[in-house]
Amino acid sequence: MRTALAALAAIPLLASPAQADLAERIDTIFAASTGWFVNLIFSDLPGTGVPWIVGWLVIGALVFTFYFGFIQVRAFGHALQIVRGKYSDPRDAGEVSPFQALTAALSGTVGLGNIAGVAVAVSIGGAGATFWMILAGLLGMATKFTECTLGVKYRNEYPDGSVSGGPMYYIKKGFAERGLPLGGFMAVMFSIFCVLGALGGGNMFQANQAASQVDSVLGVPTWITGLVLSGIVFLVIIGGIKSIARVTEKVVPFMGGGYVIVGMAILFLNWDMIGWAFSEIIRGAFTDTGIIGGMVGAIIQGFRRAAFSNEAGIGSAAIAHSAVRTKEPVSEGFVSLLEPFIDTVVICTMTALVIIITQQLLIDANTGMYILSDNGRIETATGAGAGVPLTSAAFGSAFSWAPYALSLAVFLFAFSTMITWSYYGVKAWTYMFGEGETKELVFKLIFCFFIFVGAVTSLDAVIDFSDAALFSMAIFNIIALYFLMPIVKRELNSYLLRLKSGQIKAFK
Amino acid sequence: MSETYLIAFDGSDASERALAFGAARARGSGARLVLAHVLEWSPYSFLSAEEVAERHKRRTEEVGRAETVILDPVCKRLRAEGLTVDAIVRYGHVAEVLGDLAKEFGATQMMVGRTGEKGLQARLFGSVAGTLAQIAPVPCTIVP
Repeated sequence: MRTALAALAAIPLLASPAQADLAERIDTIFAASTGWFVNLIFSDLPGTGVPWIVGWLVIGALVFTFYFGFIQVRAFGHALQIVRGKYSDPRDAGEVSPFQALTAALSGTVGLGNIAGVAVAVSIGGAGATFWMILAGLLGMATKFTECTLGVKYRNEYPDGSVSGGPMYYIKKGFAERGLPLGGFMAVMFSIFCVLGALGGGNMFQANQAASQVDSVLGVPTWITGLVLSGIVFLVIIGGIKSIARVTEKVVPFMGGGYVIVGMAILFLNWDMIGWAFSEIIRGAFTDTGIIGGMVGAIIQGFRRAAFSNEAGIGSAAIAHSAVRTKEPVSEGFVSLLEPFIDTVVICTMTALVIIITQQLLIDANTGMYILSDNGRIETATGAGAGVPLTSAAFGSAFSWAPYALSLAVFLFAFSTMITWSYYGVKAWTYMFGEGETKELVFKLIFCFFIFVGAVTSLDAVIDFSDAALFSMAIFNIIALYFLMPIVKRELNSYLLRLKSGQIKAFK
Repeated sequence: MSETYLIAFDGSDASERALAFGAARARGSGARLVLAHVLEWSPYSFLSAEEVAERHKRRTEEVGRAETVILDPVCKRLRAEGLTVDAIVRYGHVAEVLGDLAKEFGATQMMVGRTGEKGLQARLFGSVAGTLAQIAPVPCTIVP
């Protein structure tokens, strides 16, 4: 605890008048030190303009979709029934319900990816990116099913009743069970990237977008938001003030619902444009609308955002789901396959439609092509930059109060995603260094520091690093999923048989 | 025919009154007593990832506390008097679970205490006794 206090005392020092300089310096150092890593992860497949990592995720999702016979379609109805509690034994009440498992995992994924990430995707890839994003979301459901089933099956249960699970555990134990080599090595590699992903996408990207939104709407400098955010997160994850997290967990789902409702209202107000918006999406998906990279550019942006937003294949949700006590790993997998659907197919699509329908992206009336600015992004109607400001401008064009509500939502989404990812990060950290309070404290202090760094760093540097770190988790996770998917299939077939025979029975 | 009385018991004053009422009648009729302690729980509340991870541990602690602190001493006292007593801890919507338990244990009567909320609070949140008056599957005595 003493180290924690020392760190707290150091925070006001960072807030000295020299902070603007410091922010710039941090930005430069950050961009310079992460550039090589980003380039490696996003290097193109030889002879194409497609980053290999995007292909990696999509091919994975396709393989799982076919291998499990379109499980996302077959099990969709059953998954909804499980979440409604139809198969929950009333005697087990008081344990985590399927609904709670779903919402806890969603609080880590529904966040700025849905608001800011989508805006970035359409501002580079045009309306057509939406189509590919939805497709990637639908395919990702099969990946999520695979990883979460394994997460539950191979978790560690401790005598005190607590549970640790996630890709690092199923990689190690699953590989050992199948007699495959390198399980331990891959599990550690995954954990390293999970820690980086927690600091990147789960932290800096969130802090960055929250700070820039608060700056653009309320005029508060980013370093202040950075300090406030890292202070609150510090209080929650180190100070143990759980009540803040508890309040957020209760507010965030309503914010998510409110976001969708406001989005629907805007679509409803522009109902005559809905047909046009969809035709724009289809046109952009299959033809060149003048964006960088043409149609392939739209595909890349759509897939990239979907993967970043719903985290299918990344392995993070498997950590959250493995903590749930259930007799059936497969039923947890079914619950989890709803996440990419809610996250990407519903919420992300809502953002994209609102941006398209309020005509934020400027199209040359003569050629039907998007008008590009110097940096390769599509010019926007209000000149708003990509990310949250664009979404904010789109919502603001319909309701003048929307940007303020959005600022609050962005702040809360960012906060809840950070809390969830700090948990993922801790799990990966303790997998590598062993369980222990001091070890957890070290990681949590690093985590709080990176919130500040993320808030003051420029968007491009942060977004690239966040994506790179998250996608690196997918490298090892998906290799493992390929090797372990026969185990999932066995579990799935046994589950479906027992469901049919009535051995798994409904209680309602 | 032997009778079974289901008594809602959470250690509160109101539930002590219900127990006293039920125990007095059981002494006369030789009925079996079932003490039910139901902890309020909604499967649709929201938990953080960390709470999800700790839930089983917490539940085990809560059930343990309910048994050792609230139910065991009372059961011991009543058994010493020669009464037949069972105790059970469950989670859920309190009134609904009590109704389900009455069916599960084949109770012939139920007894619950009332806390006496009035006005706005009672209208907004309802009460276990009030709900049971409407949904109890067997005759239910509400002990003031």
